[in-house]
Amino acid sequence: MESLLYLIPAMLLLGGLGLAGFLWALKSGQYDDMEGNAARILYDDDDKPLPAPNKEKEK
Amino acid sequence: MTQTCLHCGDPIPPLSDGAEGFCCKGCEGAYNLINGLGLKTYYERRTLDPDVKALRPDDDAAQIDYRAHIIEEDGINTLYLMVEGIHCAACVWLIETALAKQETVDQARVNMSTRRLVLKWHGDKIDPNRLVSVITGLGYRLVPYDPNLLNTENQKREKELLRAMAVAGFATANVMLFSVSVWAGYSQGMMQSTRDLMHWLSALVALPAIAYAGRPFYRSALTALRSGRSNMDVPISMAVVLTAGMSLFQVISGEEHAYFDSAISLLFFLLIGRYLDRRARGRARGAAEHLLGLNAVAVTVLDENGSQSLLPPDQVKDGMIVLSTAGERIAVDGVIIDGQSDIDTSLISGESVPVTAKADDRVFAGTTNLSGALKIKVTATGESTLLAEIVRLMEEAEAGRANYVAIADRVARHYGPIVNVLSLGTFIYWCFIAGAPWHDALLNAIAVLIITCPCALALAVPVVQVIASGRLMRQGILVKTGTALERFAQVKHVVFDKTGTLTLGRAELVNRDEIDPETLHLAASIAAASKHPLSRALCRAFGPVAVKSGVEEVPGNGLVWQDVRLGSRAWCGDKNAPISMGPELWLARDGQDSVCLKFADHLRADAKDVVNGLKAQGYGVHLLSGDRIEPVEKVAKDLSLDDWKAQCSPKDKCDALEGLDKPLMVGDGLNDAPALAAAHVSLSPSTAIDVSQTAADAVFQGDRLKAVLEVLGVAKKAESLVKQNFALAFLYNSVTIPLAVAGFVTPLIAAVAMSTSSLVVIANALRLSKGKV
Repeated sequence: MESLLYLIPAMLLLGGLGLAGFLWALKSGQYDDMEGNAARILYDDDDKPLPAPNKEKEK
Repeated sequence: MTQTCLHCGDPIPPLSDGAEGFCCKGCEGAYNLINGLGLKTYYERRTLDPDVKALRPDDDAAQIDYRAHIIEEDGINTLYLMVEGIHCAACVWLIETALAKQETVDQARVNMSTRRLVLKWHGDKIDPNRLVSVITGLGYRLVPYDPNLLNTENQKREKELLRAMAVAGFATANVMLFSVSVWAGYSQGMMQSTRDLMHWLSALVALPAIAYAGRPFYRSALTALRSGRSNMDVPISMAVVLTAGMSLFQVISGEEHAYFDSAISLLFFLLIGRYLDRRARGRARGAAEHLLGLNAVAVTVLDENGSQSLLPPDQVKDGMIVLSTAGERIAVDGVIIDGQSDIDTSLISGESVPVTAKADDRVFAGTTNLSGALKIKVTATGESTLLAEIVRLMEEAEAGRANYVAIADRVARHYGPIVNVLSLGTFIYWCFIAGAPWHDALLNAIAVLIITCPCALALAVPVVQVIASGRLMRQGILVKTGTALERFAQVKHVVFDKTGTLTLGRAELVNRDEIDPETLHLAASIAAASKHPLSRALCRAFGPVAVKSGVEEVPGNGLVWQDVRLGSRAWCGDKNAPISMGPELWLARDGQDSVCLKFADHLRADAKDVVNGLKAQGYGVHLLSGDRIEPVEKVAKDLSLDDWKAQCSPKDKCDALEGLDKPLMVGDGLNDAPALAAAHVSLSPSTAIDVSQTAADAVFQGDRLKAVLEVLGVAKKAESLVKQNFALAFLYNSVTIPLAVAGFVTPLIAAVAMSTSSLVVIANALRLSKGKV
């Protein structure tokens, strides 16, 4: 039963990390264009990262 | 095999003016431009979508001055544009790379799902027209939009739902892990201290998640309660909050059962439904807005010193002088001060034959200037204008429809009180009759609330609607409002407008067989130089044709090429020939008889089938038109419609609808807009004027009227599925409520019962996505 003492926090932490990752991805606009991004990955030109579209939206 | 153009992929017409392998000069230019930028791989990467506009540079598209739409910030200029003509991801790549190669451009990003382009550059403000011309030169059409007006509220809501869903999903998964341990513990003999630890941990995860993820429901429930109504969100919120509260109480007092898993998974399921529902609707609305935005044109305004400038229609003020060229839709109400032309008023009045307008005549926004340039003085936009009158009628009509209550809320209205009474009854029974301690009695009462969980009930409608609107959307029918499908299912009468609805709303050549092919070719190659709708119709009838060089346009009359004249009857026609029903063009050559080309507005190809189909299904079919009696009578006869009415004013149409039980209005014109708003439910083609598209509950794309049958069929099917789902939910409740009243419900039973009922409801709804209706 002692194993619970570190397994449970570890589980919550990992799950929480996943959730935080998703919320971050959502906020940085990565879910705005699912169709385009699915195709974009196929072109091997240099594709610059998105310049934080949310910053100006919030202004 | 016909050769296809290297750029746009359309067949190459004989005698093309472009170089070998191209259909026209524009495509040749675009091809060279792409090669010059070193982006030739585009042609290997793309797949052409036959449904999207051909990639042919359009030199006659309305010119827009993009400068008026720039948003400037810290020396960086931003332009938001809608793009028409995106076929596949290669187009996205082409647009972005072509723009990125321009020196001043900082960022060019196309969103492929919404077909919108954000363009940022620094420096000169005159730049945009040059930058944009790079893209229009490739064959795309770009229209500016206001990012603050379009959809932002919706997007915010959608993102909020997605965030709530993520949180609820996370919490559900973790709480379930704890719960499974506890359930396993029943049989394996878990120690009480371990069980309590599990419960406390569940509470720790579930309570904040319930507080956060439930907000969309609490908000809506509170709004409803405040205005003294009830909706589906009221029982949902009550069940969730009470379950969470009771479980917390249980945990504190160290009891055996806690229901956190039920509460949070209920939220999670419902949020999935909510999110899908909103996204489907948002996409339909977005697509409809996209279509509308592309129709928006700039207005050419004349200064006092005679110089021209282009303004968006909303920036045009009273008293300005506006220039309208042939073939353009007039964007303002006003009085003609100079010029003469034929005006096509079909969208306003339904009248199919153009009327002649000259100085001092009034013209209205939404009409099309057919033949000559006009100078129009913009008149006061007071109560007296036609548009204001129509808007007033629409508002009146819409007020009546606002009373419609969605089926889910109607059910909730009766469902809420019943559950509350049951729960209260349970408490009274256990406390006073069975003599249980008040604490146990309360527990059983709350179990009733949980087990009558509105999960299946709340999913019953949205799941079906998501699948139904998804299915319709694949067929080009965009359902914009939430309750539209329910209202479509109740329709008893279908009322059609004539021009643009039963008919295509555009002229088609009718006497092709009477004209020898050589003459037709000559006429078409001259007509190709003009924007006049009849010239366009002629070219369309002939097929791809190379334009003759050196054609001159004589405003108000027609076209001249060498000694050949193509134009109106008065100018080059035989004045003694019998007058035909529709518009006509005459071709005159020296030493030969003039040839008459007759045009008519054809019925949509499947109009008769649709009308017969509707009759066979027992709908009352009616025709209301603003056009003259003869053409309306002819259409009614062709379609064997008995109930028709001609020369209807917008008000007449509304009045006629009032006499019908649950009518569906199908119409496109400005004169239909009030009727569209007044009808029980309404449908309009995507070629309709913007006011009508906004007023309509659904918009259909394409030339086929079959959309009417499809919408009604899917709506009927959806309604029966919704009813089945409600029946399933009640069936499930009738089994579980006695258990709850008797006090047998453990968290395990609650969780299993809830999930199965939800899955059954979803599986039932999925049946709509395939098969015939």
